[in-house]
Order: sequence, then C-alpha cells, then structure tokens
Amino acid sequence: MARNATPLKPRRQAPPPPKPRAGARAARSAWHHRFEAWRLHHRDSAVDALRRMRATPTATAMTVLVIAIALALPAGITVLLENARAATQGWDGNAHLSVFLKRDIDSSRQQALAGAWGARADVERVQVVTREQALAEFRELSGFGEVLDALPDNPLPPLVMVFPRDTTPGALETLQKQLGEAREVDLVQLDVQWVKRLHAMLELAGRIVGALTLALALAVVLVVVNTIRLAIESRREEIVVVKIVGGTDGFVRRPFLYTGFWYGLAGGLVAVLLVQIALLWIGSPVDQLTALYESEYSLIGMGWINAVVLPLFAGLLGLMGAWLAVSRHLQDVDPHLL
Amino acid sequence: MIQLDRVSKRYPIPGGGGKDALRQVSLHLPAGELTFLTGHSGAGKSTLLKLIMMIERPTAGEIIVDGLPLNRIGSGGIPLLRRKIGMVHQNHQLLFDRSVYDNVALPLIIAGFPRADIGKRVRAALDKVGLLDKEKLNPVMLSGGEQQRIGIARAVVNKPPLLLADEPTGNLDPALSAEIMDLFQDFARVGVAVLIATHDLSLIARYQHRLLSLREGRLIADRGEDIHGA
Repeated sequence: MARNATPLKPRRQAPPPPKPRAGARAARSAWHHRFEAWRLHHRDSAVDALRRMRATPTATAMTVLVIAIALALPAGITVLLENARAATQGWDGNAHLSVFLKRDIDSSRQQALAGAWGARADVERVQVVTREQALAEFRELSGFGEVLDALPDNPLPPLVMVFPRDTTPGALETLQKQLGEAREVDLVQLDVQWVKRLHAMLELAGRIVGALTLALALAVVLVVVNTIRLAIESRREEIVVVKIVGGTDGFVRRPFLYTGFWYGLAGGLVAVLLVQIALLWIGSPVDQLTALYESEYSLIGMGWINAVVLPLFAGLLGLMGAWLAVSRHLQDVDPHLL
Repeated sequence: MIQLDRVSKRYPIPGGGGKDALRQVSLHLPAGELTFLTGHSGAGKSTLLKLIMMIERPTAGEIIVDGLPLNRIGSGGIPLLRRKIGMVHQNHQLLFDRSVYDNVALPLIIAGFPRADIGKRVRAALDKVGLLDKEKLNPVMLSGGEQQRIGIARAVVNKPPLLLADEPTGNLDPALSAEIMDLFQDFARVGVAVLIATHDLSLIARYQHRLLSLREGRLIADRGEDIHGA
C-alpha cells in the first residue's frame, strides 16, 4: 500500500460490486443521526441503570438506605436548628427591661414613672403591669391560685416594662443603670444575656452540623464509589466487548454514571421521607411543649424547595461518586486482559 | 489495507529485561484477500492482532490500517479505528445477558447508526451466517458453532473493511470449521481484508490462501508471495 498523502482520510477500498452503498450510507450518517444516537443512548443508559437496580432489590435498597440515613441526619438536624432559630427570632428584637418597683409604690405613682420613662428619647414605649394584673396573670398561668389565696396580701411588686429604641447590649446596659438610680426602683432586670448565649450556641450547633453534613456527604460519595466499583467488576466482560467493538470511554461510562445518579436521587428522596416522618413524630410533643410556654409556635417542615433540592443534591453526589469510581476503575478493565 | 513496517513489540518483564513478542515484522495485507497467520503459541500471533486493534502499541515500527498510521492515533481515536475492524474471538466474547439480536446490534449502537437502520443491518448479518431465526434467543442456548457465527455476525454487521479472527475454528469440528471458513472467504470476495490467526494446520492446508508464519516473533515464511511468484 502506497503511503497515503492524506493519511487521516481513509482510502475507500476497491469498490466491491455487490455492496457499494454501504460506505456511502455510513458517511451519510449525518450529525442529527449522531445526536439522535447519543440521545437514545442516554435514555437507554438511564433506563438500563434503573432496570439493573430493580433486578437486585435487596442490594439496591440497602445502598439507598445507607445514603438516605447519611443525608437524613444532617438534613433533620438542620431543620431542627432552623426551628430553634425561628422560635427564638423575636426574642432579642423584643428585648426589654423589666423594672420592678418597690412594693409600696402605688399605681398612680407607677403610672407617673412609666409616663416619665416613656417620654425619654431612648425609650420607644412602656407597658405598665400593676400588682393586681401581675397577680391575676400569675394565678392563671402558674396554677398556684389556692396558695396565693392563702397569702395575706399580694406578694408581687408593681412592674414597668421598658422597650428601648436601641437594643444593642451597650445601650441596654446604660439604660439599665440609669433607670436603676431612681429611688422607687427595686430591680432592673435585663433578659438578654441568655438570649445571646442561646444564639451563640445555635451558631455553634450550625457549624457542627455543617461539618457533619460535609462528612456525611463524603460518606455518600464513598458509598456510591464502592457500589459502582462492584458494578464495574461484575460487568467486566461486557466492558471489554464494548471497547473491542469500538465503544468510546463515554459510551462505557454512561450507564455507570446514571446508576450513581439514581442511587443518589433515590437516597435523597428517602431522606426527605425520613425527615418528614421524624417531624410528624415529634410534631405533637413540640406543640404541647410550646403550649406550655404560652407560644403559638409550631414546627416548620423542610419546605418543598428543600424537599426538591436535597434529592437533586444527593443525585449530584451520586454522580460524583460514580465519576470517581469510573475514572479510577475503568482503566483496570481493558482488552489487554483478553 | 494493513501495512506493517519493521514492527517490534517488547514486553517488559518485571525484575528487568524483556520478552520480544514481535521482531522487525513487515507485511502488507491488501483488501479483498484472505490471509492465514500461523505459528506456535507464543510466536506472536495474538500480539500482532492486538497491535492492529491498538490494544497494545508497538515498541518500534509503523502500522498503517486503512490509510491511518496508528502511531498518530491518540487514545481518543482508538474507538474509531476499532469500528473499522471486525474481530472474531476464539471464545466468541458474546454477552449472555442479552439476546442474539442485541449482541449483533452492539457495534451499530456504539457507532451511532440510526435505529431504523440497525434492524435491517442486524438481520442482514444474521441472515448471512444463517441464524436469522435465532435472533430472539439468548446466545447461551446455542451451540458452539452457532455462537461462533453470532460472533462473526457481530464482527461484520457494520461492514468493516478489515476482519480479524483469533483461532475462529479452535473449538469446532471440521464440518463447522468449513462453514466458518466459507463465510470468511465470502467476506474476502466482497473486498474485506481477512486475517485469520490459527494453528490449525489441516485448515490451512485445505485452503490455498496466503500464509504468514511467525516463529519467536519473526516472520519466517510468506506462502502467498511464493504462490503468486512475487
């Protein structure tokens, strides 16, 4: 054979009379045919991956459950944290000073003081709680009505709640000091410290959940890597044959990538289910608890956006795991070994 | 169709040294000719086929297949090269998780043929090997000779210009071997370059085709050139 001047263009062989159209037909396999073939192979790979997963239901269920549990854990804790944040949201916007007056201050003097404080530039509003109101409220909420009846007189002090305009810790402390200087005042209580501590704790918990999420996402990827590695192992012969008859790496990879994606997606969907079941499970105790704290608060669920995002994210993790497994192990399966 | 120019292949041996599987082999296989490749096991037959398929790369020398110099083909181009080559294996290399039809259709699906075309081509190939009525069966239900013919149908379904066969009659009795050989001769007649690696001397003796003999990696005889007086 003479060395071809344009070696990349295969020379048409001497035309064999019986089948001259074959080459021309192949050449006419136009781009849209190629695209169509590519699209069809994607569809077939996706369906085939699902079919293979269904063919081994126990193994598939185990893998999916492992992924689901690994995802449900951080997702569930995140939902709980979101709830804790939401439940305590109003608390520091609502920061106020409880100014307890001496017990011998009568209600007209209490009103006068409240009026004076309410007029201050740094105070937004005040709320007066007379000794009688305080007693009625306490009686209603505490259930100690009979004990109170037994007392000779009302043990509760008059109270003025002062809502400052500026709720930064510094401003609150200044106001606390100034109000405390009044002769009639017994005690000024500032209830923000524990709120701050709570928020710091929530922040910390958020970080821990973040780290946990990262670790468990990695676990999901590794579970998929291992599952796909086994799948590659069990389809060794098929991969060799596909490579021998001219299958590209992409063609060989595709079914495994879909398998990884399906595992992730299924795991994510089950995780959403697990979280919702858990929320239902703790929903009614939470309602009882918040009722005890005289709160209207009820649990926030995952929200449908997260219920969609989590499975997709999990699908992506699965895809990533499959990609890692395929790029690592597909070279091991080579026609050399024929 | 295939041209080898002083091709050598040396496999490194762990712990130093190497084994020369092929030494300075030059040959030319034209289109439309059937050629036997023989030699003892270990003489380099399989290595030669692997080099043509780019399953291995030569240590030295140049191979040109259908006008393509293989040393200029990167790993991305290997699948396209292999689509020009039909390969028949001694152990058939069929997939037993799918039907005869799906086995034969595999190269067409891989090459991205239109689906409508695939059915026609698969049936034409199965018809050629006389197994049209078995397309829905699983290959495991077929005899050795039938499995080999499915392997051949798969090798030729996309009408490659080159057909390689590695001990295609290795497990078959003489009558079946003759059938298989008839098929290969038919393909050569329509312009396909056919290379059959075999150590079945009675088979070689029965057909007057060109014969390449390898011994310890060297090409020691080329009967075709004698016959044609080259």
